[in-house]
Amino acid sequence: MIRFEPRTNPGPVLTYGVPVIAAAIAILLAAIPLALADAPIIKAYGLMITGAYGSVFSISEMLTRATPLILTGLAAAIAFRAKLWNIGAEGQLYMGAMAAVAIGSGAIDGPSWVMIPIIMIAGAVAGALMLIGPTLMKTRLGVDEVVTTLLLNFIVLLFVQMMLEGALKDPMSMGWPQSEPIIDSAVFPPLLERMRVHLGLIIALISAIALAIFVKRTVWGFEIRAVGENAAAARFAGISVTKTMILVAALSGGLAGLAGVAEVAGTRGYLATDLSPGYGYAGIVVAMLARLSPVGVIASALFVASVFVGADSMSRAIGVSSYLADLIVAMALLCVLIGGFLTRFTVHFDRKTAG
Amino acid sequence: MEIIDILLAASFWEAAIRIATPLIFGVLGALVCERAGVLNLGIEGIFTAGAMAGWMAVWLGAGLWGGVLVAALAGGFFGLIHAILTVPLGLSQHVSGIGVTLLATSLSYFTYRTALPDVSSPPRIEPFRPLDIPFLSDLPFIGQALFSQTAMTMLALVLVFVTGWVLYRTPLGLAIRAVGDNPSSVEAQGLSVYGLRIGAVVVGSSLMALGGAFLTMSAFDAFFFGMINGRGWVCIALTVFASWRPGKALIGALLFGAFDAFQVRLQTEVGAFLPSQVFLMMPYILSIIALIVVARKADYPKALLVPWFKGQR
Repeated sequence: MIRFEPRTNPGPVLTYGVPVIAAAIAILLAAIPLALADAPIIKAYGLMITGAYGSVFSISEMLTRATPLILTGLAAAIAFRAKLWNIGAEGQLYMGAMAAVAIGSGAIDGPSWVMIPIIMIAGAVAGALMLIGPTLMKTRLGVDEVVTTLLLNFIVLLFVQMMLEGALKDPMSMGWPQSEPIIDSAVFPPLLERMRVHLGLIIALISAIALAIFVKRTVWGFEIRAVGENAAAARFAGISVTKTMILVAALSGGLAGLAGVAEVAGTRGYLATDLSPGYGYAGIVVAMLARLSPVGVIASALFVASVFVGADSMSRAIGVSSYLADLIVAMALLCVLIGGFLTRFTVHFDRKTAG
Repeated sequence: MEIIDILLAASFWEAAIRIATPLIFGVLGALVCERAGVLNLGIEGIFTAGAMAGWMAVWLGAGLWGGVLVAALAGGFFGLIHAILTVPLGLSQHVSGIGVTLLATSLSYFTYRTALPDVSSPPRIEPFRPLDIPFLSDLPFIGQALFSQTAMTMLALVLVFVTGWVLYRTPLGLAIRAVGDNPSSVEAQGLSVYGLRIGAVVVGSSLMALGGAFLTMSAFDAFFFGMINGRGWVCIALTVFASWRPGKALIGALLFGAFDAFQVRLQTEVGAFLPSQVFLMMPYILSIIALIVVARKADYPKALLVPWFKGQR
């Protein structure tokens, strides 16, 4: 018989060790698909490491990938803390990107210190509204937010496509459905000369630290945690659950929207329907690997970004499908879930006694 | 063309039933899982896995029904992962489900790409042919609309009745429904809560995978990246709309199929005035509307999302 007993105090080693071990196991498990694909395993791992860390350029690429992942990871972390199941970060990201492009590609002009904050606010507001809608439907009408946020991802992507073939279409794009470029004064400047890593990384890091302080040190943060742990008890204690949920929705959607702004204004320069290779969904993995801790999100986003950049570069070198990265990330999520279980319970193997 | 003419055409209902078929499999699968108390958000990935595995088995020479079996086994495998994580370990059904979707999708894509590294156009298989049943297929209207579908559509319709019969007419069905409402009462009967829940999730996931297999082996004849395109999520919405009943699931899927077939026909009429994306959005918007309509009176299985541990009262 296998028995599980609750563990009272997991301790710091277990709390911080489990996500690291889960990530390591996911990386090791990748050897199986690599072997099945007939790839030289040791060489493949080596190529993945040099692909993500081998040069200043590759580190810059990795940090560029990590930027949206930190923001969507924070979006998932804050929402899941309050048990608001926002699976719609992908759609919120695109709405944020679209708002940034609508304002930042020539509609208005000004110096950078005006333009950059304006497109950030526009993108965050657009992302926030995308989540406040489903949240109101949840609190007012009792409509499950999981399905509505998921379905909205598809609706938003079609809406973006429609706008890119219509109002937002770049007349100079030779028929490609893409927006006009973000004007120079609204572009996020690169942090290193001739590298892609940009201001968005700083914004993402500040967001993580600000969110950590907000959750730990403010009354609102306390209320969010209380609602997440036990909504009925929080309501009994006089906390307005609806108001808290809307606050969470605004933060979570806003952060996902910012990820979209960072991608168009920092990395891509214009909006197209392939802006995000699933950053919204990967943000869920980032948040879970971080145990929903905002500061932890930074570390786990760096891990997920390394996997993506490393696997991309490995796949170009030896022709193994780059879907391996998605596979590793998915396995890391399942491993950290199981690991989370082991921090909360101890496992006992009892010999079955007769009678 | 008048709207009435569209609705009265046998070809319209033929399309509606064809579009509904994968949803019937998906909703049946989702409702079997949820009736036992487990939300399975792995559905989108399980659709993908079923579509890929079934197609690949046929492409490798397994025969069409061999492909169906392989798809069901693939679905059952991912269902088992979700079941182990959520039932005995009691982990978050939301997060585990998303994890299974990510795993099943990436594994399917990786396998496809590894088996076919550099093909420009996806290889095709010989899919299920429309049935030609003596007498029935020659009936006016219904002969074309219903009896000229493929064998997989017939299988979906049969499974609606089988699922309904098992859930409402057998002791097993009673136990599955009870385990989703009040697991402790099931344990008091001396039945295994874990066994029933894990079994229901595995069987439900196999059903979901058949929905994916229908797409690559009956509706189309090849596997494409992104071909599931939210159909799994639509099924989760339709399950609520169907109040977790197989009969209503059939009606919900058919209504959905009819609406989808209708908007495609409407598109050719008014397409010039509206962008095509407006029509493509319709299925998702319709799903959200369906959820809003039933939200207030939705009678969720009482123990849905609630983990249960042995020895707990």
